[in-house]
Amino acid sequence: MNAVLSTILKRLGMGVATLFIVSAIIFSSISMLPGDFGETVLGQAATKETVTAFRKELGLDKPAPVRYFEWVGSVLQGDLGTSFSGRNASGQDRSRQVSDLVMPRLWNTLFLAGVTAVIAVPLALFLGLTAALYRNTAYDRIVNATTLTTISTPEFFVAYILILFLASLWPVFPSLANIDASTALGERLYRVALPSLTLTLVIVAHMMRMTRAAIINLLASPYIEMARLKGASRSQIILKHALPNAWAPIATVIAFNLAYLVVGVVVVEVVFVYPGIGQLMVDAVTSRDIPVVQACALIFAATYILLNLTADIIGIVTNPRLLHPR
Amino acid sequence: MTDTTQSSPDFSNDILLKMRDIRIDGYSDEQWHPIIKGVDVTLRRGEIMGLIGESGAGKSTLGKAAMGYTQPGCKLTSGSILFDGVDLAKASDRDKRMLWGTRIAYVAQSAAASFNPAHRLIDQTVEAATRRGIRPDADSRTDAVELYRALQLPDPEIIGNRYPHQVSGGQLQRVMTAMAMSPRPDLIIFDEPTTALDVTTQVEVLASMRNIVEEFNTAAIYITHDLAVVAQMADFIQVLRYGEEVEAAPTRQMLTKPEMPYTKSLWSVRALEKPEVKGEDIVLSIDNIDAAYGPQQVLFDVSIKLPRGRTVAVVGESGSGKSTTARVITGLLPPLGGTVTFNGEVLPAALKDRSKEQLQQIQMIYQMADTAMNPRQTVEEIIGRPLEFYMGLKGKQREERILELLDMIELDESFMDRLPSELSGGQKQRICIARALAARPDIIICDEVTSALDQIVQEGILQLLLRLQKKYDITYLFITHDIATVKAISDEIVVMLEGKVVEQGLKSEILSPPYPDYTKLLLSSVPDMDPDWLTNFLEQRSD
Repeated sequence: MNAVLSTILKRLGMGVATLFIVSAIIFSSISMLPGDFGETVLGQAATKETVTAFRKELGLDKPAPVRYFEWVGSVLQGDLGTSFSGRNASGQDRSRQVSDLVMPRLWNTLFLAGVTAVIAVPLALFLGLTAALYRNTAYDRIVNATTLTTISTPEFFVAYILILFLASLWPVFPSLANIDASTALGERLYRVALPSLTLTLVIVAHMMRMTRAAIINLLASPYIEMARLKGASRSQIILKHALPNAWAPIATVIAFNLAYLVVGVVVVEVVFVYPGIGQLMVDAVTSRDIPVVQACALIFAATYILLNLTADIIGIVTNPRLLHPR
Repeated sequence: MTDTTQSSPDFSNDILLKMRDIRIDGYSDEQWHPIIKGVDVTLRRGEIMGLIGESGAGKSTLGKAAMGYTQPGCKLTSGSILFDGVDLAKASDRDKRMLWGTRIAYVAQSAAASFNPAHRLIDQTVEAATRRGIRPDADSRTDAVELYRALQLPDPEIIGNRYPHQVSGGQLQRVMTAMAMSPRPDLIIFDEPTTALDVTTQVEVLASMRNIVEEFNTAAIYITHDLAVVAQMADFIQVLRYGEEVEAAPTRQMLTKPEMPYTKSLWSVRALEKPEVKGEDIVLSIDNIDAAYGPQQVLFDVSIKLPRGRTVAVVGESGSGKSTTARVITGLLPPLGGTVTFNGEVLPAALKDRSKEQLQQIQMIYQMADTAMNPRQTVEEIIGRPLEFYMGLKGKQREERILELLDMIELDESFMDRLPSELSGGQKQRICIARALAARPDIIICDEVTSALDQIVQEGILQLLLRLQKKYDITYLFITHDIATVKAISDEIVVMLEGKVVEQGLKSEILSPPYPDYTKLLLSSVPDMDPDWLTNFLEQRSD
């Protein structure tokens, strides 16, 4: 058990190190964006002096390494900084804390991702296992073809098709998923139905195919033949003898798709006008609101690292060689 | 054919299994090939049949067919498999499943691969009995512990709580026998159950298997390529070749007077023995070598001398440090201490510090010819590479030398353009020998080079190596765990145990008394072609 714990701690440490490297990459790539906030806000008519003064006020005149360490230092203390937007040339400051902007949006995104995951992951596992069980039958082919079709269709297209059928022709669900902090849970679930359905259709294929492949890959093992010759039925073979050895690859692909649900859903958010973090980041990039962009990018990176770490840990604890050393 | 040789031909229901005109096809290269071409098997209750043959003879396929099972890619095309009156060739999958694991059980060759790594041993042991409700699960678990005890497993009460990777190969093989025995089947198929084990472990496993099938009067089909092993187990032996029966007879009769030339050739392979010659001129010596993988030391003060033009066989069980010694000599594993001296000159410890000439003088041949060759290179490229690298040969010269080398290993020029996948196991090993010879080495290290080959092919390779040695005065360091191979090829023997040299000397000295304890155990564990050998061995030990 100690070996497992130390492995997990090691992975965790590596995750933190990765996060630092990513933060440096985020910072330097944002510094390389053309144009800056000062010019964008003040317009082309602004004199050089006003722009310089404005830049100084925002701290943009300091050298990049200094700004980087100031940023990292304050993030470590839990302070994501102050948004650039809300300021203007008149000198009035109506700017808001980045965390106030980001957190409600992040919560919305996690809500949508959570609802989708609750539907998509069990569905994908079920389809993957049954496809492996009845492999090369009509059922298997239909499941494969259907999921392939949905994954090959652009998600905005899937979204509009769903709106056409489920909101327009048969208005079962709303086509807009605009929620805010005061929306009740039941109402929230009702409004995110279409976006989460869209995302489900997009991610199920990948997870289902991986589950099927991981199981079928194991079916050639000698211990599966042994299980057959011990009289196990097909479903017993798959559930009892193959699945326990297949968790590691399945967990990896689930983690990958869950990460996608958090960081890659901006198109779906736009289509359904859902106030998620993806839209916030795109808006912030447009307006050169650097603290918000950096905060979003950091959250995305942390999501990826955390989910992959979870998949690794699942891989470790489902491997008896690691869990029960000699 | 079998029936005539048996004592009392009666038609009472003591015949358990009756297979008639079994034909099985296998699918490869996009067409169906016959694997089993009309074989009959008759087995009575409590009787043990030995099924022997070389790889590709179809013995495993036939053994599984006795359960009514054919592997994916194989199909039964005709024949009947009457098991206790039920024709398994016609039975539905469901009906067969009801018999499998309860009335017919299977013990596979690789215990390590045939246990599910995710479940505890005892759960797997009782799985079949519990599934069919033969007895309550708790009773099965108590019974499993008794079986473990009967099979002389250490700590029978707790060993079942372990996972497969936590016990040794020999123990796993016994747990698998317990698993097969748990539902008290009428028939067990043993499919090469001891092939992957060391000799000293093999004896223990054989003895415990034999006791338990006798105790419960279980019938068995024992599949193996090792004649001496089958002689200990079987009441009668059936020899298979190319999917056809060669002959069948009671064990004693088969051993004393085999009738068919093929059977005789199988029997005679073990007779090969090179007369030993003492060597004076030491070409390579390793002195006081200590070596480790990471924190774990695996060699302790190992010293070996190789006389020029002679064969030194290094014997020992897996994990005794034989291959590690080879890695130290070649420089793949720099030792912690000690020296490797070649022709009076100390070699640099690490491979990268050695000169091209030093590398050239020591070549290696591996056990798995398959994985030692690049599957995408032709024979010409494989042999040509050392010619370019060491000799700088090009064009016509290179081609001539390749042909010469092919001739030396008794293959013709038609092999030049073949890929490793187009060669048989013996041919692959010959190509590896040619590749080693290409460098014109003084020393060739042979690491279990015949272990993966059938006995007749083994003999061919060994004789080739001996001829080459005579002609080119090559020195061999021959690593093996097989005593018969040692007898066949060596001048001197080094016995290793747990990273230390136990004994070292001329073959005649090592293979005759007085023995140190371990050498004695190692030599006495090698089965003879005598059906009473195991019984005598066990009696002697209990004295």
